[in-house]
Amino acid sequence: MKKILAAATLALSMSTTGMAFAEPLKIGMITTLSGGGAGLGIDTRDGFMLAIKNAGNKDITVVTEDDAQKPELAVQIADKMIQSDKVDILTGIVWSNLLMAVAPSAVAQGKFYVSTNAAPAALAGANCNKLYFNAAYQNDNLHEAMGEYANKGYKKMFILAPNYPAGKDSLTGFKRYYKGQLAAEVYTQVGQTDYAAEIAQMRASGADGIFVFLPGGMGIAFMKQFAQSGVKIPVMGPGFSFSQDVLPAIGDAAIGAKASGQWAPDFDNAASKKFLADFQKEYNRLPSIYAVQAYDAAQLIVAAASKASVKNADAFGAELKKADIQSPRGKFKFNTNQHPIQDIYLTEVIKQNGVITNKTVEKIFSDHGDAYAKDCKI
Amino acid sequence: MTLALALEQLLNGLQLGVMLFLMAAGLTLIFGVMGLINLAHGSLYMVGAFACATVAAWTGSFWIGLVASLAAAAAAGAIVELVVIRRLYDRDHLDQVLATFALILMFSEGTRWLFGSFPLYLDIPPLLQGAVALPGGTEYPVYRLAIILAGAIVAFGLYLLISRTRLGMRIRAGESDREMIGALGVDIRTLYTVVFALGAALAGLAGAMVGALQSVQVGMGEPVLILAFVVIVIGGIGSIKGALLGALLVGVTDTMGRFLLPKLLALFVAPAQAGMIGGAAASMLIYIVMAVILAVKPRGLFPAAHA
Repeated sequence: MKKILAAATLALSMSTTGMAFAEPLKIGMITTLSGGGAGLGIDTRDGFMLAIKNAGNKDITVVTEDDAQKPELAVQIADKMIQSDKVDILTGIVWSNLLMAVAPSAVAQGKFYVSTNAAPAALAGANCNKLYFNAAYQNDNLHEAMGEYANKGYKKMFILAPNYPAGKDSLTGFKRYYKGQLAAEVYTQVGQTDYAAEIAQMRASGADGIFVFLPGGMGIAFMKQFAQSGVKIPVMGPGFSFSQDVLPAIGDAAIGAKASGQWAPDFDNAASKKFLADFQKEYNRLPSIYAVQAYDAAQLIVAAASKASVKNADAFGAELKKADIQSPRGKFKFNTNQHPIQDIYLTEVIKQNGVITNKTVEKIFSDHGDAYAKDCKI
Repeated sequence: MTLALALEQLLNGLQLGVMLFLMAAGLTLIFGVMGLINLAHGSLYMVGAFACATVAAWTGSFWIGLVASLAAAAAAGAIVELVVIRRLYDRDHLDQVLATFALILMFSEGTRWLFGSFPLYLDIPPLLQGAVALPGGTEYPVYRLAIILAGAIVAFGLYLLISRTRLGMRIRAGESDREMIGALGVDIRTLYTVVFALGAALAGLAGAMVGALQSVQVGMGEPVLILAFVVIVIGGIGSIKGALLGALLVGVTDTMGRFLLPKLLALFVAPAQAGMIGGAAASMLIYIVMAVILAVKPRGLFPAAHA
């Protein structure tokens, strides 16, 4: 019976290809809107809603809730959204530890999860899932790019990240490409605000370069304290450490820092220019990479929704995977494990007309996938 | 490990300790005099930081911001005491915890409503920028030395205030017998408001000083609040001397633990694992120290006389 039904739906969906789908689609956005990580969540929400607004599709509705960066709260919200709001797709989680608490159970209940940021290694390899898509990257990617960049002039690196899944992915990714010697590998607490003890170790380590992955407030605190410490070793990191959400608060201390990113505000393509102009018009500030990732996630959903019904998971998944969008990043397509294949660039923090922002320096990786895709069997 | 590195880490521990003392002093004073558990103390720290960042951005001067932070936190403290806390003195500790927890939520959301969710910018004043050379060939940030100095001055000032002035005498009297000093004609209500505002001002000062080092953002007070509670539990609830020693102990233990434990573990396991396990163990260290101290001295290092 089920088979017949499935065949019938398939036939039905075939017969309607070419026509725009006018079927209600409900998206549940769980993201961090309060606490120290709120800047990231707000950019995620705003980038996502910008693409939804631009699409003008009245059948798509979005419900948003704040997870306060707490895994237990995220799980409760996800349950509520699935059971009482009856959402079809979940999205928006910034932090990998929260994603690990929510996404596996959501896809087990037959819901799509389209990640706007968090991309733990655990969901990219053997445990990949047909219903789980990542519009941002795989966690290791930007760190791999910095490892590759560090090979060029650094012999002895001091590397540091917070002790949580994305932090471990970060240093693993960096080491995957970095061939030089490591002065030290340090894990700090998530949410730590004082880095005096770590900076003292950097000073004494004899390193010729420092790689830090400290998203949100952690990066602000580190960079300000580092600038005052008198340590003169160059600092680099993935784009998150010097993203637009934290740069104004770090101030001039960030200028000159090198980072890796899949997008920067100076990207010279039509989609990027449109996104930048629309975002500034709507919210009156510069977008961060979190906003771009969420914007693309929403574009992906919108594009798929115009071709297939979300109730038909196979067809909708296939449409999502085509990634038929104009991404501000330029090239964008999905790998076999439904994580992006994209170019990754080196960026540098600069001050332009009084605004501290990132500019693109060079391309580090072309069409970069991830190390886990080969273990994914879908 | 060189001597210079050890010295630098010791200073880092001292600086963290001094910061915690500013928080813990107010917390323990309020508990000692009024018997009130104030969870919203971290919010007053946040108020101080936001006031300093805002005023410094307006006027271009960190110092005016610092004064504003004291004034804003003291005012916020006084208002909270008059409107909410005053009704809680005779209630159970559980009611106090519940009400002051509600205050945390209100302060956080109120601040978000006023300032938004993105962190504010607050920089170190030009006078205290940069680093100075220390004996042993290392350098140390001037600003952190200034924090240690400011903490020492505040500690000494509090000592003078409490042991040498009329207000201090009343505070001590309030600690030992609340009903009696009321019966002797001291205006206990005003005294409570003054003590609460004083504690709030100290928290605001800490927030402003730390704001220049870290990020000024909503929710910045709560992690510090937890440490401040550890400090007053170790030091003996209600004792300023205990708060000072507890704060320095926690500051130095935490810093040294973060620095030495991974190194110690690296002798036995691979560096990557040592970093991970050592980091996790270091974050537990102060709680282990607290547990040990409470096992030996259940009322803390310097239990307040009357409790």
